[in-house]
Amino acid sequence: MMPAMVVEAYPTPGGGAGLFPELITRASSIAGRIDGLLIALTILCVAVSAGIYLVMIYFAARYRRGSTADRSNANAQSHTLEIAWTAITLVFFLVIFFWASNLYTTMQTGAPPEDVLEIYVMGKQWMWKAEHPGGQREINELHVPRGQDIKLLLTSQDVIHSFFVPAFRLKQDAVPGAYTSLWFKPTVTGEYALFCAEYCGTDHSRMRGRVVVMAPEAYERWLHTRESSTSMATRGAKLFRQYGCSGCHVGNSTVHAPVLDGLYGKPVQLQDGTTKVADERYIHDSIVLPQQDIVAGYPRIMPSFKGQISEAELLHLVMYIKSLDYTEGTVP
Amino acid sequence: MSTVAAQPASYLTAAATVRSWLVTRDHKLIAILFTISITAFFFVGGAAATVIRLELATPAGDLVSSETYNKLFSMHGIIMVWFFLIPSIPATLGNFLLPLMIGARELAFPRINLASWYLYTAGGLFTVATLLLGSVDTGWTFYTPYSSLFTNTSVVLALTAVFVVGFSSILTGLNFIVTVHTMRTPGMTWMRLPLFVWAMYATSIIMVLATPVLSMVLVLVAAERLFGVGVFDPRLGGDPVLFQHLFWFYSHPAVYIMILPAFGVVSEIITCFSRKRIFGYPYMVYAIVAFTSLSFVVWGHHMFVSGESMYASIVFSILSYLVAVPSAIKVFNWTATLYKGSISFEAPMLYALGFVGLFLNGGLTGLFVAAVALDVHLTDTYFVIAHFHYIMVGGSVMAFLGGIHFWWPKVTGRMYSEWIAQASAILMFFGFNLTFFPQYLLGYLGMPRRYHEYLPDYQVLNVLSSAGASILAVAYLMPLFYLTWSLFYGRAAGANPWRATGLEWRSASPPPEHNFEQTPTVDEAPYAYTSEDRQAHSSQARET
Repeated sequence: MMPAMVVEAYPTPGGGAGLFPELITRASSIAGRIDGLLIALTILCVAVSAGIYLVMIYFAARYRRGSTADRSNANAQSHTLEIAWTAITLVFFLVIFFWASNLYTTMQTGAPPEDVLEIYVMGKQWMWKAEHPGGQREINELHVPRGQDIKLLLTSQDVIHSFFVPAFRLKQDAVPGAYTSLWFKPTVTGEYALFCAEYCGTDHSRMRGRVVVMAPEAYERWLHTRESSTSMATRGAKLFRQYGCSGCHVGNSTVHAPVLDGLYGKPVQLQDGTTKVADERYIHDSIVLPQQDIVAGYPRIMPSFKGQISEAELLHLVMYIKSLDYTEGTVP
Repeated sequence: MSTVAAQPASYLTAAATVRSWLVTRDHKLIAILFTISITAFFFVGGAAATVIRLELATPAGDLVSSETYNKLFSMHGIIMVWFFLIPSIPATLGNFLLPLMIGARELAFPRINLASWYLYTAGGLFTVATLLLGSVDTGWTFYTPYSSLFTNTSVVLALTAVFVVGFSSILTGLNFIVTVHTMRTPGMTWMRLPLFVWAMYATSIIMVLATPVLSMVLVLVAAERLFGVGVFDPRLGGDPVLFQHLFWFYSHPAVYIMILPAFGVVSEIITCFSRKRIFGYPYMVYAIVAFTSLSFVVWGHHMFVSGESMYASIVFSILSYLVAVPSAIKVFNWTATLYKGSISFEAPMLYALGFVGLFLNGGLTGLFVAAVALDVHLTDTYFVIAHFHYIMVGGSVMAFLGGIHFWWPKVTGRMYSEWIAQASAILMFFGFNLTFFPQYLLGYLGMPRRYHEYLPDYQVLNVLSSAGASILAVAYLMPLFYLTWSLFYGRAAGANPWRATGLEWRSASPPPEHNFEQTPTVDEAPYAYTSEDRQAHSSQARET
């Protein structure tokens, strides 16, 4: 089903010569800001360490045993000093905290959803599989257009993996049974190392690949050269009928089941009085663990599809359900 | 010698037979049993690290297979964390010194203390069994669902080892808490306790409160692995990230189990060798209390990229900065203690000063990984490896060795060769920095941890690190030889060779079986070194 195109020897960025210039290319829109924070912190820490080391060395030399230095009237305590250095330290820490958290909020919030290209990435022992919205698939490689906001939707088929691109200064765990996301905007054309950063078993250190940042036109051409058959949502639609979902979850069904049009992203009122937002994970879990969240007003009748549908197929189903438009009058 | 006959028999004479060791209730003998056991495990864990560094000298995975490599770093972590670092200072120096420092004849529960050693030994045997029966390849963190569903190595055996040794910690902690509360000698008020005792007390509280959570989570992993109970398996409705929450709820406070005792040791050494009261004693105590409380609410900083909510990450980040404040207070106070001292540089002091230098570095790089935005890049890379080795090896192990050198004359009654001990301390400091400093750079450049193979771009820094490790290995082996030598040929130490102030120095070296001939009383704060003493100490050195 998947093209057997496992990249054997990992192509080293820059050919492996020299001391890592390619690895630290700032290739995403936030990489420069991350490095800015890192450089500021480094300067602060070097200054603080140098200060403390110098004071220690000075004291150690001046007050070494045998020196004639005056040792009388040595205080064992000074409330002023203690309060001063505690307060100053705290202020510095808070400044770093606000700086870093502010930047982190930007990284998490990313770009508005309508501007974003969503690509699905699944980790499995020991490879990365990516699928573009048009259905183009690749393994251990990820092609992305430069200057475009990209949101990766990550999951795992087996154990926890972590999608790590040092040149972007970003990583995000891929967790089985959950969908995590990672936003970035690549800014520099080139090929960058992709690592799995969460230990995942025997060939963890071989779970590597590359991210190829292309000019937008080149990316379009690349998309067309890939033998993309059908989009993920179209495949999902097929599965939706194949697994019999359509028997209940469409408007004219005789079975009392929630209609899924426009469901994605909406809050869902549950039987137990709580509300959940229908995100990817909610839809995923509703298929494999239907008894977990019962929609208010509906009977507990849906069978579980656990073990019958692969994670890849589940992703397609989720994509299909996400693609269903909201039509006026249907109950989400 | 007639003077010896007049002295009470030392605790060591009561231990002539193997049996007398194995049924002893003397906290001092149990401390020695622990010292021998953890030293053995330190060198087993160190051997694993040696092979790891040899493998990483080249980018290709050419020395051992990936399976073997993964087992090596897993066993290195499991052994070093639970069979060396956690018990290191508390079970050895703590066991030996806590009663002596508060003027008590024993710990509150001598039999429980012995039971603690037997539990440690049982856990140790499970570890040895794990090693012999194919080992384990989950990393010391046992992350699910890899550990519970996917690996086919001896996970349950390894979990059992850690589960059992956890009870050893709990019992030691319980014993120390009760002892400090009930057995302080007259006049030994809370604010007169040596900082080492405060550190032991705080460590014990963390051991007693956090370890049960670890025990429970290990049982859950075993239950899922053996019986398919769905706790962490998403296919059964479990959540693999729940494991990380429970694991780090123990394992972050565990960092303080490893470092607080080191703070205690270093405070004792720096005061003695600068002949000064500790600067800001109450603030040092408040800092210990702050660590203890805050250590329980920062675990989420290990999970910034696990899919944890943005708001949770930000809260854990600010709490992590708060817990860094007491670290700064401690470093400032140690530095201020040197002011107007009469400072000499015997081996324990070199270890203690080395500790402050390395701990400062480890603490400051903690600011990088507590910054959420930066941690996204740095987590799971060699930056984190370097950071926590600076704290746990540069910090805890340096302090442990400093403490061993400081109290060696008290424990054994013998002096070791001073210059060779100084040489080993200096060698260790440089070997350590050469090993671990390059790893910060590797981490920034993106080299992930737990990598058997790596990109050729990373080789130069890895070679530097491996070269440092070979120096470090020599520095760690040296004390093994000269300290053993001193047992047989070292000159007699006398009761108080460092002219230190703690109650333990009022007893003979080695102390008698019940520690004190007469119960000592206390009428002043600890570290009562006076300025007259400093002047005399210094002018005496000028004259000779």
